Amino acid sequence: MIRRVFKKSALITCIAAISMFAFANPAFAVDLTVYTAVEAEDLKRYAETFNKEHPDINIKWVRDSTGIVTAKLLAEKNNPQADVIWGIAATSLLIMKAEGMFVPYKPKGIEMLDPKFYDSDATPSWVGMDAWVAAVCFNTVEAAKYNLPSPKTWWDLTKPVYKGHVIMPNPNSSGTGFLDVSSWLQMFGETGGWAYMDALHENIARYTHSGSKPCKLSASGEIPIGVSFAFRGARSKDAGAPIDIIIPREGIGWDLEASAIIAGTDKLEAAKTLMDWSISKTAMEMYNTAYAVVAYKGIAKPVRHFPPETLSRLIDNDFDFAANNRKRILAEWQKRYDSKSDPK
Amino acid sequence: MTAEITATASVPDIRPKTSKDDRTMIGFMLVIGLYLIVALALPLYAMLSKSFSTYSFELGNFEFAVDKGEGWSEPVTALALNQDLQVVKPEELATSSDGRLAATVFFSDFSFRSPTKYRLRQIRLESSFLVGSKRIADTEWHEFESNQFRRIVLRPSSATGLENFRTYFSTPALFRSIENSLFIAFLSTMITVSLAFGFAYALNRSKMRFKGVFRLIAMAPILVPSLLPGIALVYLFGNQGMIKGLLFGESIYGPIGIVIGSVFFTFPHALIIITTALAISDSRLYEAAISLRASRWRTFWTVTIPGARYGLISAAFVVFNLVITDFGLPKVIGGQYNMLAVDIYKQVIGQQNFEMGAVVSVVLLIPALFAFSIDRYVQKRQVAVLSSRSVPFEAKPHKRFDLICLSYCLLVGIFIVGIIGVCQYAALIKFWPYQLSLSLVNYNFDVMDGGGWASYTNSIQLGIYTAIAGTIIVFSGAYVVEKTNGFFATRSAFQFLAMMPMAIPGLVLGLAYIFFFNDPANPLNGLYATMGILVVCTVTHFYTVSHLTAVTALKQMDREFEAVASSLKQPFYRLVSRVTVPVCMPAILDISIYLFVNAMTTVSAVIFLYAPDTALAAIAVLNMDDAGDVAPAAAMGMMIFYTNVTARLIHLFVSRKLLQKTQAWRLR
Repeated sequence: MIRRVFKKSALITCIAAISMFAFANPAFAVDLTVYTAVEAEDLKRYAETFNKEHPDINIKWVRDSTGIVTAKLLAEKNNPQADVIWGIAATSLLIMKAEGMFVPYKPKGIEMLDPKFYDSDATPSWVGMDAWVAAVCFNTVEAAKYNLPSPKTWWDLTKPVYKGHVIMPNPNSSGTGFLDVSSWLQMFGETGGWAYMDALHENIARYTHSGSKPCKLSASGEIPIGVSFAFRGARSKDAGAPIDIIIPREGIGWDLEASAIIAGTDKLEAAKTLMDWSISKTAMEMYNTAYAVVAYKGIAKPVRHFPPETLSRLIDNDFDFAANNRKRILAEWQKRYDSKSDPK
Repeated sequence: MTAEITATASVPDIRPKTSKDDRTMIGFMLVIGLYLIVALALPLYAMLSKSFSTYSFELGNFEFAVDKGEGWSEPVTALALNQDLQVVKPEELATSSDGRLAATVFFSDFSFRSPTKYRLRQIRLESSFLVGSKRIADTEWHEFESNQFRRIVLRPSSATGLENFRTYFSTPALFRSIENSLFIAFLSTMITVSLAFGFAYALNRSKMRFKGVFRLIAMAPILVPSLLPGIALVYLFGNQGMIKGLLFGESIYGPIGIVIGSVFFTFPHALIIITTALAISDSRLYEAAISLRASRWRTFWTVTIPGARYGLISAAFVVFNLVITDFGLPKVIGGQYNMLAVDIYKQVIGQQNFEMGAVVSVVLLIPALFAFSIDRYVQKRQVAVLSSRSVPFEAKPHKRFDLICLSYCLLVGIFIVGIIGVCQYAALIKFWPYQLSLSLVNYNFDVMDGGGWASYTNSIQLGIYTAIAGTIIVFSGAYVVEKTNGFFATRSAFQFLAMMPMAIPGLVLGLAYIFFFNDPANPLNGLYATMGILVVCTVTHFYTVSHLTAVTALKQMDREFEAVASSLKQPFYRLVSRVTVPVCMPAILDISIYLFVNAMTTVSAVIFLYAPDTALAAIAVLNMDDAGDVAPAAAMGMMIFYTNVTARLIHLFVSRKLLQKTQAWRLR
C-alpha cells in the first residue's frame, strides 16, 4: 500500500515536473520546420489555431509559392531541412513521393475524409486538406468598356471577341497553369485539349509566371479576363475589385493542398501530432473559411463570393495521370506556345 | 632594351630575403585566396558538373515476364522489346531527373481489361519504377494484374555526358533566348551609352547650371532594384497606364519595356565611366584645334571622341554585361519575350529541372565572359593615353550650347525622377485604377507574400554585415596583393580570382551555391539557409569593383612607406593601422557604401539562397509583383530607395567628419 502510494505520488511529481518544464519553459517546446505554400495572410491564423491545442509544438514556417517550395524540397532531397509539409499541391507531392521523400503515416481520424482526398496506398504518404479550384476572373467594368459578353464555358474564351483580353499562367512555371492544362486534356481528350489550347492561344495576351497574377491583373483591370483560381478571385472581390468569378460549364480542374511527413525528420512524434491535427474537424473548419471544398466529409459551408455551382463542376481529376505525364505535357506546351517570342 | 635583358640574365638574381612580415602577409593572402576559392571557384565547378549530369532511361535495366494464362514467359528486357517494336526512339531516352516512361508502350497488345499478368524487375540498383506514384527501387520481381500494370512508369538512371546541351540546342523555345538576350543587350547598350555620353558631355564640357543636382539625380537608379523601373513602366504604359497612348498601341510587355527599363538602371553605371573618360582629356589638344581653325563639329569627332573612346567601349561592355545578366526586369515586364536569365529561373523554379538550369547558366556565362575579357583588355590600354603633361580641360561659357545641355539634362532628369516618382505614387494609391484615394494599405507587408516587414529588416542587416565583412575582406585582400614583395605567381592567381566575380551573373552564382553548399558531404553545409551564406554570396558577387577601388587607393601610396617602416623595424600591422588605413579612408568608406547599397538591391544572386528567416526586401518586391501585388511591390521598392538614400547621407556625413580627422594632410 505504502509502496503504491509512493509510486503514485512519485508519478504525479514526475508528471508535474515535466509539465512544469513543458509549459513554464517555452524553450522546451519542439520546433517543427514546416514547408508550406498556403497564402501568407492565412499562416498566422493556422499556427495560432494549432497552438491552442498543442502549445508545446512551435511551428517554423517556410512559405513560398508552390513552384519554389517544390524546387527547394527537391534541391534539399539528400539533406532535408523540413520536418513536415503542410499545404502544398498534391501534384508536387507526387513528384516527391516518387523520389521516396516521405514517411508514410496514417493520421488519426482519416476515415472521416473523402477517400479521393488522400493517397490510395494502405498507409498513405500524403493526406489532403482542401481543394483549390480553377476559375475565371472577369472584370465587369473593363468588359463593359470593350463590350465583352460574360463567358460561360471554356470554349467561349476562344471566340474572336476576346482576342488579347485573356491572360493565363504559364504551366511551365505555375502549378495553377498546369492544373488548367491537365484538366483540359482530361476533359476534352488529348486531341481536343490541344485543339482547345491552340484556339485559346490566339486570344491570350500573355502567359504569367504565377497562378494568382492573372486574377489580380483582372482585378486591377489590366487584362479583363484572368484564368486563375477561385480562392484568389474571392479574395480580390473582397478587396473591392469589380470582378465576377466564373466557373465554366464544362467543368473545372482542381488540385489538393496536402500534407506529408518528410523522411529523415528527427521529430517524428511532433510531426505525427501535426498531421493528426491537420485533418481534424477544427482544422477543416479553419480551412473552410477560405476554401469551399475541404477533405472532411459533410462539413463544408459555402464560402463568400464562391459561385454555388463550384462543387458540382469539379472534374474527376486523375492525379497519377497529371504527375506521370507532366513532363511530356509541359514539353509539348512549350513547343507549341512558348517558342513564339511574341504572342501576336 | 634587349641589351639590358641579356645583361640582367647573365647576372645572378638578387632576391630579397623574405621577412617575417612577408610570411605573415602571404599567409593572409592564402586565407583570402582560400575564401575566394570556396566562395567562387568550387561552387562554379559544382555547377559545371551539374550541367553534365544527365538522366536517361536504361532500357536494358528493366526485365519483363508475361503470363497470358499459359505460364510465365522467359524474362525479356525492355531493350530487347524495344528493338522489335521501335516504340521509343533513341532521342527519347534522354530525359530529366523527373522523367517517366510508361511500361505499357513495350506491349503493343496491351489491354487493361485482359487477364494477362505481368512481372517486372530492375536488374541493377541504379533506377526505379513507379506503380502509380509508389516508388519501387529494389531488384526483386514484382507481379501485376494488367489493370495495375497500366499504372507503371519507368524512371531514368543518372549518368554524365553532353545530353543536356543537346536537348538545350534542340529546343527552340530555349535557344531562341540567346538571340533575344543578345539583341536586347545590344540595343540597350547603344541607347544607354549614347544617352550617358550626352549627359556626361553636358556635365563636363558646359557651364550650365544645376550640375550638382543633375549629378545626384543621375545616380538615383543605382539605389533601387533593377525591377523597379519595370513596375513603374506597367503603371505608365500598361493597359491601365497613365500615358499608354504614347506607345501607339504597342505593348510595353516585351522588348520595349525591357529596353526602357534597362536604360534606366544601367544609366548611372555608364555615366560614371564616361564622365571619368571625359574628365581626363587634354585641354592642349583643344587649343591646338582652335588654332588650326577646326570647327566645333570637327573637333568633337577628332579630339573628344577619340579621347573618350576607351571609356565609351568600357561603358558599353559594362552595360552589356549588366543587361544580359539581369533577371528582375525581364521577369517583371518581359511578357512572352524569353531571356536567358529568366530561363534559368523558369527551369529551376517552374520545372525543378536543376540540370537544365545549370546548362542555361553555362550558356549565359559565355557572352558575359566575352564582354568581360574585352573590357579588361580595353581598360589596360586606357592607362597609356594619360600623359603627365596633360592640362585639364576647363569649359568656357557659351549661352546657346549651355541651354541645349541644360534642356537635354532636364529631359533625362525628368525620365529618372518620373520613374521613381510613379513608383511612390503607385505605392500610395489604394486600389489602382478603381479607388484613387491615398492610403498606406500597401505598406501592410505582413499580410502579403515575400516575407513582410521582417524582410526589410533582414535586408538592412544583410547590408550592414556585407558592408563590414566585405570591406575587411576586400581591403585586406587588396593590401596583400598590392604590398607584398615577391610571390609573383600567387599574387597573379589571386588577382585573377578577384577579377572573376565581375563576369559571373548573380543568378549563376546563386545556383552554383545551392549545388555546392547544400551537399550534405560539404563541411560548410551548416552555412546553407543562414544569413551567413547570403553575406558570402553578396560579398563575392560584388567583389571585383570593391577590389579595384581598394587597389587604386593603395596604388596611390608610395612603396617607400613600407621600406621606411621596415627600416624603422615597425611591424606591418602598425603601418597599416597608423598610416595605410587612415590614408585610404575615403576608398574604404566608398567600398562599404557600395557593398551596402548593392546588398539592399540585389535580387539575382540571392533568389535561390534565401531562407524563411532571411527573406529579403528586394526579393519581396519580386515575389509580390509575381503574385500580382504590384502596388505593395512598388512600396517595398521605395522603402529600399529611401534606405539607400539615408545610407548615402550617413556616408556623406561620416566621411566628411572622418576626412577632417584623417585627411588633414591633404589640405596642408
